[in-house]
Amino acid sequence: MDPDTDIGGPLHKFPVTNHSAIVGARSDDQVVRRRAFDTILASYWKPAYKYIRLKWQADNEDAKDLTQGFFANAFEKNHFAAYDAGKASFQTFLRTCLDGFVSNERKAGRRLKRGGDMDHYQLDFASAEDELASHASSTLSPEEYFHREWVRWMFTLAVDAFRRRCDETGRAVHFRLFECYDLNDDNREVSYASLAAEFGLEQATVNNYLAAARRDFRRIVLEKLREITATDEEFRTEARSLLGVDVK
Amino acid sequence: MKWLSDDRLNHLRSIVGNPDFSSTKYSFVKELGRGGMGTVYLAEDTELDRLVAIKVLNTPEVTDDLRNRMIREAQIIARLEHPGIVPVHDVGTLPDGRIYYAMKFVRGSRLDEYAAQGASLRDRLRKFQAVCDAVAFAHAHGVIHRDLKPQNIMIGSFGEVLVLDWGVAKIKTQMNADEEEGTIIGTQSYMSPEQARGEIDQLDERADVYSLGAVLHFLLKDQSKVSKAADAILLKAMAREKESRYASASELSADIGRLLDSEPVTAYRENALEKVGRWVSKNRFLVLLVLAYLLMRIIFIFTSRP
Repeated sequence: MDPDTDIGGPLHKFPVTNHSAIVGARSDDQVVRRRAFDTILASYWKPAYKYIRLKWQADNEDAKDLTQGFFANAFEKNHFAAYDAGKASFQTFLRTCLDGFVSNERKAGRRLKRGGDMDHYQLDFASAEDELASHASSTLSPEEYFHREWVRWMFTLAVDAFRRRCDETGRAVHFRLFECYDLNDDNREVSYASLAAEFGLEQATVNNYLAAARRDFRRIVLEKLREITATDEEFRTEARSLLGVDVK
Repeated sequence: MKWLSDDRLNHLRSIVGNPDFSSTKYSFVKELGRGGMGTVYLAEDTELDRLVAIKVLNTPEVTDDLRNRMIREAQIIARLEHPGIVPVHDVGTLPDGRIYYAMKFVRGSRLDEYAAQGASLRDRLRKFQAVCDAVAFAHAHGVIHRDLKPQNIMIGSFGEVLVLDWGVAKIKTQMNADEEEGTIIGTQSYMSPEQARGEIDQLDERADVYSLGAVLHFLLKDQSKVSKAADAILLKAMAREKESRYASASELSADIGRLLDSEPVTAYRENALEKVGRWVSKNRFLVLLVLAYLLMRIIFIFTSRP
Protein backbone atom coordinates (compact mmCIF):
# COMPACT_ATOMS: atom_id res chain seq x y z
CA MET A 1 0.00 0.00 0.00
CA ASP A 2 1.26 3.44 -0.90
CA PRO A 3 2.09 5.25 2.31
CA ASP A 4 0.35 8.58 2.20
CA THR A 5 2.09 11.85 2.47
CA ASP A 6 0.37 13.77 5.18
CA ILE A 7 -0.05 17.37 6.02
CA GLY A 8 -1.47 18.60 9.23
CA GLY A 9 -1.77 21.66 11.30
CA PRO A 10 0.24 21.90 14.47
CA LEU A 11 0.34 18.35 15.83
CA HIS A 12 -2.63 17.38 13.66
CA LYS A 13 -5.17 19.35 15.65
CA PHE A 14 -8.09 20.50 13.57
CA PRO A 15 -10.87 22.75 14.74
CA VAL A 16 -14.29 21.28 15.39
CA THR A 17 -16.83 22.02 12.67
CA ASN A 18 -18.99 25.01 13.48
CA HIS A 19 -22.08 24.28 11.42
CA SER A 20 -22.60 20.63 12.17
CA ALA A 21 -26.12 19.42 12.88
CA ILE A 22 -24.58 16.42 14.62
CA VAL A 23 -22.87 18.77 17.07
CA GLY A 24 -26.10 20.77 17.35
CA ALA A 25 -28.00 17.61 18.27
CA ARG A 26 -26.03 17.54 21.54
CA SER A 27 -26.93 21.08 22.46
CA ASP A 28 -28.85 21.89 25.63
CA ASP A 29 -30.58 24.64 23.73
CA GLN A 30 -33.93 23.35 22.48
CA VAL A 31 -33.92 25.71 19.48
CA VAL A 32 -30.46 24.57 18.37
CA ARG A 33 -31.45 20.96 18.84
CA ARG A 34 -34.62 21.44 16.81
CA ARG A 35 -32.69 23.09 13.98
CA ALA A 36 -30.15 20.25 14.01
CA PHE A 37 -32.94 17.70 13.98
CA ASP A 38 -34.56 19.39 10.99
CA THR A 39 -31.29 19.16 9.07
CA ILE A 40 -30.80 15.49 9.92
CA LEU A 41 -34.40 14.70 9.03
CA ALA A 42 -34.14 16.54 5.70
CA SER A 43 -30.92 14.69 4.87
CA TYR A 44 -32.05 11.19 5.78
CA TRP A 45 -35.81 10.72 5.64
CA LYS A 46 -35.96 9.53 2.05
CA PRO A 47 -33.11 6.99 2.15
CA ALA A 48 -34.53 5.80 5.50
CA TYR A 49 -38.00 5.32 4.01
CA LYS A 50 -36.67 3.41 1.00
CA TYR A 51 -34.44 1.30 3.23
CA ILE A 52 -37.39 0.31 5.43
CA ARG A 53 -39.40 -0.58 2.35
CA LEU A 54 -36.58 -2.71 0.98
CA LYS A 55 -34.93 -4.32 3.98
CA TRP A 56 -37.95 -4.68 6.24
CA GLN A 57 -40.36 -5.39 3.40
CA ALA A 58 -42.77 -2.85 4.86
CA ASP A 59 -45.72 -1.69 2.79
CA ASN A 60 -45.82 1.99 1.99
CA GLU A 61 -48.15 2.96 4.82
CA ASP A 62 -46.13 1.00 7.35
CA ALA A 63 -42.89 2.47 6.02
CA LYS A 64 -44.28 6.01 6.33
CA ASP A 65 -45.29 5.38 9.95
CA LEU A 66 -41.98 3.77 10.79
CA THR A 67 -39.97 6.56 9.14
CA GLN A 68 -41.86 9.29 10.95
CA GLY A 69 -41.92 7.29 14.16
CA PHE A 70 -38.18 6.74 14.04
CA PHE A 71 -37.31 10.41 13.62
CA ALA A 72 -39.93 11.57 16.14
CA ASN A 73 -38.62 9.07 18.69
CA ALA A 74 -35.00 10.02 17.97
CA PHE A 75 -35.74 13.68 18.56
CA GLU A 76 -37.86 13.09 21.65
CA LYS A 77 -35.25 10.85 23.27
CA ASN A 78 -32.30 12.76 21.83
CA HIS A 79 -30.78 9.61 20.32
CA PHE A 80 -28.56 11.47 17.86
CA ALA A 81 -26.67 13.08 20.74
CA ALA A 82 -25.21 9.64 21.53
CA TYR A 83 -23.32 9.50 18.24
CA ASP A 84 -19.57 8.95 18.60
CA ALA A 85 -17.62 9.97 15.49
CA GLY A 86 -14.70 7.78 16.60
CA LYS A 87 -16.72 4.59 16.20
CA ALA A 88 -18.52 4.88 12.88
CA SER A 89 -19.83 7.34 10.35
CA PHE A 90 -23.08 9.08 11.24
CA GLN A 91 -24.73 7.39 8.30
CA THR A 92 -23.89 3.95 9.72
CA PHE A 93 -24.97 5.03 13.19
CA LEU A 94 -28.33 6.27 11.93
CA ARG A 95 -28.95 3.09 9.93
CA THR A 96 -28.12 0.93 12.94
CA CYS A 97 -30.50 2.98 15.10
CA LEU A 98 -33.15 2.63 12.39
CA ASP A 99 -32.75 -1.15 12.31
CA GLY A 100 -33.03 -1.27 16.10
CA PHE A 101 -36.14 0.88 16.07
CA VAL A 102 -37.94 -1.10 13.35
CA SER A 103 -36.97 -4.38 14.97
CA ASN A 104 -38.35 -3.29 18.34
CA GLU A 105 -41.55 -2.00 16.80
CA ARG A 106 -42.03 -5.25 14.94
CA LYS A 107 -41.40 -7.31 18.07
CA ALA A 108 -43.82 -5.21 20.07
CA GLY A 109 -46.37 -5.60 17.29
CA ARG A 110 -47.27 -1.97 17.65
CA ARG A 111 -49.10 -0.01 15.03
CA LEU A 112 -47.51 3.39 15.09
CA LYS A 113 -49.78 6.35 15.02
CA ARG A 114 -48.66 8.76 12.40
CA GLY A 115 -48.54 12.47 12.95
CA GLY A 116 -47.95 13.99 16.36
CA ASP A 117 -44.76 15.96 16.44
CA MET A 118 -44.04 15.17 12.77
CA ASP A 119 -47.25 16.68 11.42
CA HIS A 120 -45.71 19.92 10.30
CA TYR A 121 -43.05 18.25 8.17
CA GLN A 122 -43.93 17.93 4.50
CA LEU A 123 -42.23 14.68 3.59
CA ASP A 124 -42.97 13.79 0.00
CA PHE A 125 -43.42 10.05 0.43
CA ALA A 126 -45.25 9.85 -2.90
CA SER A 127 -42.07 10.83 -4.79
CA ALA A 128 -40.07 8.27 -2.83
CA GLU A 129 -42.67 5.67 -3.74
CA ASP A 130 -42.51 6.64 -7.43
CA GLU A 131 -38.74 6.33 -7.40
CA LEU A 132 -38.95 2.92 -5.79
CA ALA A 133 -41.44 1.79 -8.39
CA SER A 134 -39.52 3.05 -11.41
CA HIS A 135 -35.96 2.44 -10.19
CA ALA A 136 -36.07 -0.83 -8.28
CA SER A 137 -32.94 -1.90 -6.45
CA SER A 138 -30.65 -4.16 -8.44
CA THR A 139 -28.19 -6.45 -6.74
CA LEU A 140 -27.21 -4.16 -3.89
CA SER A 141 -27.46 -5.28 -0.30
CA PRO A 142 -29.88 -3.20 1.82
CA GLU A 143 -26.91 -1.45 3.43
CA GLU A 144 -25.34 -0.63 0.06
CA TYR A 145 -28.71 0.50 -1.18
CA PHE A 146 -29.14 2.81 1.81
CA HIS A 147 -25.70 4.30 1.15
CA ARG A 148 -26.33 4.80 -2.55
CA GLU A 149 -29.72 6.36 -1.97
CA TRP A 150 -28.26 8.65 0.67
CA VAL A 151 -25.58 9.85 -1.76
CA ARG A 152 -28.24 10.33 -4.42
CA TRP A 153 -30.43 12.25 -1.99
CA MET A 154 -27.53 14.46 -0.91
CA PHE A 155 -26.87 15.42 -4.50
CA THR A 156 -30.59 15.94 -5.17
CA LEU A 157 -30.78 18.32 -2.22
CA ALA A 158 -27.65 20.07 -3.40
CA VAL A 159 -29.09 20.55 -6.90
CA ASP A 160 -32.25 21.98 -5.35
CA ALA A 161 -30.29 24.31 -3.08
CA PHE A 162 -28.16 25.38 -6.02
CA ARG A 163 -31.25 26.17 -8.06
CA ARG A 164 -32.65 28.33 -5.25
CA ARG A 165 -29.35 30.10 -4.71
CA CYS A 166 -29.05 30.90 -8.41
CA ASP A 167 -32.60 32.26 -8.45
CA GLU A 168 -31.95 34.41 -5.38
CA THR A 169 -28.74 35.86 -6.78
CA GLY A 170 -30.04 36.58 -10.26
CA ARG A 171 -27.98 33.86 -11.91
CA ALA A 172 -30.78 31.74 -13.28
CA VAL A 173 -28.92 31.35 -16.57
CA HIS A 174 -26.03 29.68 -14.72
CA PHE A 175 -28.42 27.09 -13.40
CA ARG A 176 -30.13 26.65 -16.76
CA LEU A 177 -26.76 25.94 -18.39
CA PHE A 178 -25.82 23.57 -15.59
CA GLU A 179 -29.17 21.84 -15.93
CA CYS A 180 -28.87 21.46 -19.70
CA TYR A 181 -25.28 20.25 -19.66
CA ASP A 182 -24.66 18.48 -16.36
CA LEU A 183 -28.17 17.27 -15.47
CA ASN A 184 -29.11 16.36 -19.01
CA ASP A 185 -30.44 12.83 -18.88
CA ASP A 186 -32.42 12.53 -22.09
CA ASN A 187 -29.54 11.44 -24.34
CA ARG A 188 -29.72 14.76 -26.19
CA GLU A 189 -26.36 15.74 -27.66
CA VAL A 190 -25.34 18.90 -25.87
CA SER A 191 -22.13 20.79 -26.46
CA TYR A 192 -20.83 24.14 -25.32
CA ALA A 193 -21.38 25.37 -28.88
CA SER A 194 -25.00 24.21 -28.97
CA LEU A 195 -25.65 25.83 -25.60
CA ALA A 196 -24.05 29.06 -26.78
CA ALA A 197 -26.41 29.07 -29.77
CA GLU A 198 -29.43 28.15 -27.66
CA PHE A 199 -28.81 30.81 -25.01
CA GLY A 200 -27.43 33.47 -27.34
CA LEU A 201 -24.06 33.58 -25.56
CA GLU A 202 -20.44 33.44 -26.60
CA GLN A 203 -18.96 29.97 -26.20
CA ALA A 204 -16.33 31.36 -23.84
CA THR A 205 -19.15 32.78 -21.70
CA VAL A 206 -20.81 29.37 -21.57
CA ASN A 207 -17.47 27.92 -20.51
CA ASN A 208 -17.06 30.51 -17.74
CA TYR A 209 -20.66 30.22 -16.52
CA LEU A 210 -20.47 26.44 -16.37
CA ALA A 211 -17.14 26.55 -14.55
CA ALA A 212 -18.61 28.97 -12.01
CA ALA A 213 -21.76 26.86 -11.67
CA ARG A 214 -19.77 23.69 -11.00
CA ARG A 215 -17.61 25.50 -8.49
CA ASP A 216 -20.70 26.74 -6.63
CA PHE A 217 -22.33 23.34 -6.84
CA ARG A 218 -19.25 21.72 -5.36
CA ARG A 219 -19.32 24.20 -2.50
CA ILE A 220 -22.99 23.46 -1.79
CA VAL A 221 -22.43 19.68 -1.77
CA LEU A 222 -19.61 20.11 0.72
CA GLU A 223 -21.68 22.48 2.84
CA LYS A 224 -24.40 19.84 3.02
CA LEU A 225 -21.91 17.18 3.97
CA ARG A 226 -20.37 19.42 6.60
CA GLU A 227 -23.79 19.91 8.16
CA ILE A 228 -24.16 16.24 8.85
CA THR A 229 -20.67 15.33 10.05
CA ALA A 230 -19.47 15.88 13.57
CA THR A 231 -15.78 16.74 13.17
CA ASP A 232 -13.48 18.04 10.46
CA GLU A 233 -11.80 14.66 10.35
CA GLU A 234 -15.11 12.88 9.79
CA PHE A 235 -16.01 15.49 7.19
CA ARG A 236 -12.80 14.84 5.28
CA THR A 237 -13.13 11.07 5.59
CA GLU A 238 -16.74 11.13 4.41
CA ALA A 239 -15.96 13.51 1.56
CA ARG A 240 -13.22 11.19 0.39
CA SER A 241 -14.98 7.86 0.85
CA LEU A 242 -18.55 8.80 0.01
CA LEU A 243 -18.14 11.51 -2.56
CA GLY A 244 -14.62 10.73 -3.76
CA VAL A 245 -13.31 14.23 -3.14
CA ASP A 246 -10.38 15.65 -1.23
CA VAL A 247 -11.29 18.72 0.73
CA LYS A 248 -9.38 21.32 2.62
CA MET B 1 -37.11 17.51 -7.28
CA LYS B 2 -35.80 15.72 -10.31
CA TRP B 3 -34.68 12.10 -9.94
CA LEU B 4 -30.94 11.70 -10.55
CA SER B 5 -30.08 8.60 -12.54
CA ASP B 6 -26.93 6.62 -11.72
CA ASP B 7 -25.23 8.14 -14.77
CA ARG B 8 -26.08 11.70 -13.70
CA LEU B 9 -25.10 10.93 -10.14
CA ASN B 10 -21.69 9.66 -11.25
CA HIS B 11 -21.28 12.69 -13.47
CA LEU B 12 -22.10 15.06 -10.61
CA ARG B 13 -19.75 13.19 -8.30
CA SER B 14 -16.96 13.64 -10.83
CA ILE B 15 -17.77 17.35 -11.08
CA VAL B 16 -17.48 17.66 -7.32
CA GLY B 17 -14.39 15.50 -7.10
CA ASN B 18 -12.36 16.55 -10.09
CA PRO B 19 -10.50 19.82 -10.10
CA ASP B 20 -11.85 22.69 -12.10
CA PHE B 21 -9.15 23.37 -14.69
CA SER B 22 -11.39 25.65 -16.75
CA SER B 23 -9.35 28.73 -15.91
CA THR B 24 -6.12 27.01 -17.00
CA LYS B 25 -4.74 25.71 -20.29
CA TYR B 26 -5.17 22.14 -19.06
CA SER B 27 -7.97 19.75 -19.72
CA PHE B 28 -8.76 16.96 -17.30
CA VAL B 29 -8.05 13.41 -18.49
CA LYS B 30 -8.15 11.12 -15.46
CA GLU B 31 -7.03 10.69 -11.88
CA LEU B 32 -3.61 9.06 -11.48
CA GLY B 33 -3.25 8.76 -7.74
CA ARG B 34 -4.39 10.07 -4.42
CA GLY B 35 -2.50 10.75 -1.22
CA GLY B 36 -2.86 12.65 2.00
CA MET B 37 -1.17 15.74 0.51
CA GLY B 38 -3.15 15.92 -2.66
CA THR B 39 -4.23 14.18 -5.80
CA VAL B 40 -2.34 13.73 -9.05
CA TYR B 41 -4.25 13.96 -12.30
CA LEU B 42 -3.34 13.29 -15.89
CA ALA B 43 -4.23 16.32 -17.94
CA GLU B 44 -3.65 17.58 -21.44
CA ASP B 45 -1.83 20.82 -22.05
CA THR B 46 -4.13 22.17 -24.73
CA GLU B 47 -1.66 24.79 -25.94
CA LEU B 48 1.34 22.49 -26.36
CA ASP B 49 -0.72 19.39 -27.09
CA ARG B 50 1.06 17.14 -24.60
CA LEU B 51 0.16 15.17 -21.52
CA VAL B 52 1.20 16.47 -18.11
CA ALA B 53 0.79 15.29 -14.53
CA ILE B 54 -0.89 17.83 -12.28
CA LYS B 55 -0.74 17.64 -8.54
CA VAL B 56 -3.48 19.53 -6.72
CA LEU B 57 -2.52 20.16 -3.11
CA ASN B 58 -4.96 19.86 -0.21
CA THR B 59 -3.25 22.58 1.72
CA PRO B 60 -5.40 23.69 4.61
CA GLU B 61 -6.23 27.35 5.01
CA VAL B 62 -4.31 28.82 2.09
CA THR B 63 -3.82 32.49 2.83
CA ASP B 64 -2.65 34.92 0.16
CA ASP B 65 0.79 35.11 1.78
CA LEU B 66 1.14 31.35 1.89
CA ARG B 67 -0.08 31.01 -1.68
CA ASN B 68 2.41 33.60 -2.93
CA ARG B 69 5.23 31.92 -1.05
CA MET B 70 4.37 28.48 -2.40
CA ILE B 71 4.27 29.88 -5.91
CA ARG B 72 7.64 31.56 -5.36
CA GLU B 73 9.07 28.28 -4.15
CA ALA B 74 7.63 26.40 -7.09
CA GLN B 75 9.33 28.89 -9.37
CA ILE B 76 12.67 28.15 -7.71
CA ILE B 77 12.08 24.41 -7.92
CA ALA B 78 11.15 24.83 -11.57
CA ARG B 79 14.63 26.20 -12.14
CA LEU B 80 16.25 22.96 -10.89
CA GLU B 81 17.39 21.57 -14.19
CA HIS B 82 18.76 18.09 -13.59
CA PRO B 83 18.09 14.84 -15.44
CA GLY B 84 17.03 13.25 -12.14
CA ILE B 85 14.50 15.91 -11.19
CA VAL B 86 11.11 15.88 -12.84
CA PRO B 87 10.58 19.28 -14.43
CA VAL B 88 7.84 21.50 -13.04
CA HIS B 89 6.20 23.24 -15.99
CA ASP B 90 3.72 25.44 -14.26
CA VAL B 91 2.17 26.40 -10.95
CA GLY B 92 -1.06 28.17 -10.22
CA THR B 93 -4.23 28.40 -8.21
CA LEU B 94 -7.52 26.76 -9.06
CA PRO B 95 -10.75 28.73 -8.73
CA ASP B 96 -11.50 26.98 -5.42
CA GLY B 97 -8.22 28.25 -3.97
CA ARG B 98 -6.22 25.04 -4.19
CA ILE B 99 -2.68 25.20 -5.53
CA TYR B 100 -1.59 22.98 -8.41
CA TYR B 101 1.70 22.05 -10.02
CA ALA B 102 1.96 20.85 -13.60
CA MET B 103 4.86 18.47 -14.11
CA LYS B 104 6.29 16.30 -16.83
CA PHE B 105 4.24 13.13 -17.17
CA VAL B 106 6.75 10.32 -16.65
CA ARG B 107 6.06 6.91 -18.12
CA GLY B 108 7.71 4.02 -16.33
CA SER B 109 7.63 2.26 -12.97
CA ARG B 110 7.75 3.65 -9.48
CA LEU B 111 10.77 2.54 -7.46
CA ASP B 112 8.64 0.18 -5.35
CA GLU B 113 7.24 -1.43 -8.50
CA TYR B 114 10.73 -1.62 -9.98
CA ALA B 115 12.03 -3.39 -6.85
CA ALA B 116 9.09 -5.79 -6.91
CA GLN B 117 10.12 -6.84 -10.43
CA GLY B 118 13.20 -8.49 -8.89
CA ALA B 119 15.97 -6.00 -9.70
CA SER B 120 19.42 -7.16 -8.57
CA LEU B 121 21.17 -5.63 -5.57
CA ARG B 122 23.69 -3.83 -7.77
CA ASP B 123 20.94 -2.38 -9.96
CA ARG B 124 19.05 -1.21 -6.91
CA LEU B 125 22.15 0.47 -5.53
CA ARG B 126 22.88 2.16 -8.86
CA LYS B 127 19.35 3.55 -9.02
CA PHE B 128 19.58 4.64 -5.42
CA GLN B 129 22.83 6.45 -6.11
CA ALA B 130 21.13 8.31 -8.97
CA VAL B 131 18.39 9.36 -6.54
CA CYS B 132 21.03 10.63 -4.10
CA ASP B 133 22.70 12.62 -6.88
CA ALA B 134 19.43 14.30 -7.89
CA VAL B 135 18.66 15.17 -4.27
CA ALA B 136 22.22 16.41 -3.76
CA PHE B 137 21.77 18.72 -6.75
CA ALA B 138 18.61 20.15 -5.20
CA HIS B 139 20.40 20.58 -1.86
CA ALA B 140 23.18 22.47 -3.59
CA HIS B 141 20.47 24.91 -4.72
CA GLY B 142 19.07 25.16 -1.20
CA VAL B 143 16.00 23.00 -1.84
CA ILE B 144 14.93 20.29 0.62
CA HIS B 145 12.48 17.71 -0.77
CA ARG B 146 10.88 16.61 2.55
CA ASP B 147 8.87 13.74 1.08
CA LEU B 148 11.31 11.23 -0.38
CA LYS B 149 9.87 7.73 -0.64
CA PRO B 150 9.80 4.94 -3.25
CA GLN B 151 6.41 6.13 -4.48
CA ASN B 152 7.92 9.50 -5.40
CA ILE B 153 10.75 8.02 -7.47
CA MET B 154 10.19 6.87 -11.03
CA ILE B 155 12.32 4.62 -13.19
CA GLY B 156 11.68 5.68 -16.76
CA SER B 157 11.37 3.46 -19.81
CA PHE B 158 15.11 3.78 -20.53
CA GLY B 159 16.24 3.18 -16.96
CA GLU B 160 16.48 6.88 -16.12
CA VAL B 161 15.77 7.81 -12.51
CA LEU B 162 13.50 10.76 -11.72
CA VAL B 163 12.62 12.20 -8.33
CA LEU B 164 9.02 13.42 -8.39
CA ASP B 165 6.71 15.43 -6.29
CA TRP B 166 8.54 18.53 -5.18
CA GLY B 167 5.19 19.93 -4.10
CA VAL B 168 6.13 20.15 -0.42
CA ALA B 169 9.80 20.96 -0.99
CA LYS B 170 11.12 23.97 0.83
CA ILE B 171 13.77 26.53 0.18
CA LYS B 172 16.19 26.23 3.06
CA THR B 173 16.54 29.92 3.78
CA GLN B 174 12.76 30.37 3.95
CA MET B 175 12.05 27.24 5.94
CA ASN B 176 11.16 29.01 9.13
CA ALA B 177 9.38 31.97 7.70
CA ASP B 178 5.75 30.96 7.40
CA GLU B 179 5.24 27.44 8.68
CA GLU B 180 4.10 27.09 12.20
CA GLU B 181 6.28 25.05 14.54
CA GLY B 182 4.63 21.68 15.02
CA THR B 183 3.41 21.41 11.44
CA ILE B 184 4.08 17.88 10.25
CA ILE B 185 4.62 17.35 6.55
CA GLY B 186 5.80 14.19 4.86
CA THR B 187 5.21 10.46 5.05
CA GLN B 188 5.45 8.96 8.50
CA SER B 189 7.44 5.85 7.66
CA TYR B 190 10.04 7.79 5.66
CA MET B 191 10.43 10.98 7.67
CA SER B 192 13.23 11.85 10.06
CA PRO B 193 12.52 12.04 13.80
CA GLU B 194 12.83 15.86 13.78
CA GLN B 195 10.39 16.07 10.87
CA ALA B 196 7.95 13.74 12.63
CA ARG B 197 8.10 16.01 15.68
CA GLY B 198 7.23 18.98 13.49
CA GLU B 199 10.49 20.78 14.32
CA ILE B 200 10.42 22.97 11.23
CA ASP B 201 13.43 25.02 12.28
CA GLN B 202 15.53 21.86 12.66
CA LEU B 203 15.00 20.62 9.13
CA ASP B 204 17.94 20.70 6.76
CA GLU B 205 19.56 18.43 4.16
CA ARG B 206 19.99 15.74 6.78
CA ALA B 207 16.20 15.28 7.02
CA ASP B 208 16.31 14.23 3.36
CA VAL B 209 19.38 12.06 4.10
CA TYR B 210 17.29 10.19 6.69
CA SER B 211 14.49 9.68 4.14
CA LEU B 212 17.06 8.46 1.60
CA GLY B 213 18.21 5.98 4.25
CA ALA B 214 14.62 4.80 4.63
CA VAL B 215 14.40 4.37 0.85
CA LEU B 216 17.66 2.38 0.94
CA HIS B 217 16.20 0.25 3.72
CA PHE B 218 13.19 -0.41 1.51
CA LEU B 219 15.48 -1.51 -1.33
CA LEU B 220 17.60 -3.78 0.84
CA LYS B 221 15.01 -5.36 3.11
CA ASP B 222 14.24 -8.32 0.85
CA GLN B 223 17.88 -8.92 -0.13
CA SER B 224 19.55 -11.92 1.49
CA LYS B 225 23.20 -10.94 0.95
CA VAL B 226 23.66 -7.46 2.34
CA SER B 227 27.21 -6.67 3.41
CA LYS B 228 28.13 -5.15 6.75
CA ALA B 229 29.26 -2.06 4.85
CA ALA B 230 25.81 -1.65 3.30
CA ASP B 231 24.22 -2.09 6.71
CA ALA B 232 26.55 0.53 8.14
CA ILE B 233 25.63 3.00 5.39
CA LEU B 234 21.98 2.41 6.17
CA LEU B 235 22.46 2.93 9.90
CA LYS B 236 24.46 6.08 9.36
CA ALA B 237 21.88 7.58 6.98
CA MET B 238 19.05 6.76 9.38
CA ALA B 239 20.75 7.79 12.62
CA ARG B 240 18.25 9.28 15.07
CA GLU B 241 20.49 12.27 15.75
CA LYS B 242 21.02 14.24 12.59
CA GLU B 243 24.59 15.07 13.66
CA SER B 244 25.41 11.36 13.31
CA ARG B 245 24.07 11.11 9.74
CA TYR B 246 25.85 11.88 6.49
CA ALA B 247 26.14 15.63 6.25
CA SER B 248 24.77 15.61 2.72
CA ALA B 249 23.18 13.44 0.06
CA SER B 250 26.39 13.68 -1.97
CA GLU B 251 28.36 12.09 0.90
CA LEU B 252 25.80 9.29 1.00
CA SER B 253 26.03 8.94 -2.77
CA ALA B 254 29.83 8.76 -2.58
CA ASP B 255 29.65 5.93 -0.02
CA ILE B 256 27.20 4.02 -2.22
CA GLY B 257 29.65 4.51 -5.10
CA ARG B 258 32.48 3.08 -2.99
CA LEU B 259 30.28 0.15 -2.01
CA LEU B 260 29.55 -0.56 -5.67
CA ASP B 261 33.28 -0.33 -6.50
CA SER B 262 34.20 -2.57 -3.51
CA GLU B 263 36.13 0.29 -1.95
CA PRO B 264 36.12 0.95 1.81
CA VAL B 265 33.12 3.03 2.85
CA THR B 266 33.34 5.84 5.38
CA ALA B 267 30.47 4.40 7.45
CA TYR B 268 32.29 1.19 8.31
CA ARG B 269 35.75 0.42 9.71
CA GLU B 270 36.89 -2.95 8.40
CA ASN B 271 39.18 -5.40 10.19
CA ALA B 272 42.15 -6.92 8.35
CA LEU B 273 40.27 -10.05 7.34
CA GLU B 274 37.41 -8.06 5.88
CA LYS B 275 39.90 -5.89 3.98
CA VAL B 276 41.40 -9.00 2.42
CA GLY B 277 37.96 -10.40 1.69
CA ARG B 278 36.87 -7.15 -0.03
CA TRP B 279 40.15 -7.01 -1.99
CA VAL B 280 39.66 -10.58 -3.13
CA SER B 281 36.07 -9.87 -4.04
CA LYS B 282 37.05 -6.76 -6.00
CA ASN B 283 39.95 -8.52 -7.79
CA ARG B 284 38.26 -11.84 -8.24
CA PHE B 285 39.47 -12.29 -11.81
CA LEU B 286 43.07 -11.52 -10.92
CA VAL B 287 42.94 -13.84 -7.91
CA LEU B 288 41.50 -16.64 -10.01
CA LEU B 289 44.20 -16.06 -12.61
CA VAL B 290 46.97 -16.23 -10.02
CA LEU B 291 45.44 -19.32 -8.43
CA ALA B 292 45.18 -20.99 -11.80
CA TYR B 293 48.80 -20.10 -12.52
CA LEU B 294 49.94 -21.49 -9.18
CA LEU B 295 47.94 -24.64 -9.70
CA MET B 296 49.52 -25.15 -13.09
CA ARG B 297 52.98 -24.56 -11.63
CA ILE B 298 52.33 -27.15 -8.94
CA ILE B 299 51.05 -29.64 -11.47
CA PHE B 300 54.06 -28.89 -13.65
CA ILE B 301 56.48 -29.37 -10.75
CA PHE B 302 54.99 -32.70 -9.78
CA THR B 303 54.62 -34.02 -13.30
CA SER B 304 58.11 -32.95 -14.45
CA ARG B 305 59.93 -34.80 -11.62
CA PRO B 306 62.11 -37.58 -12.89
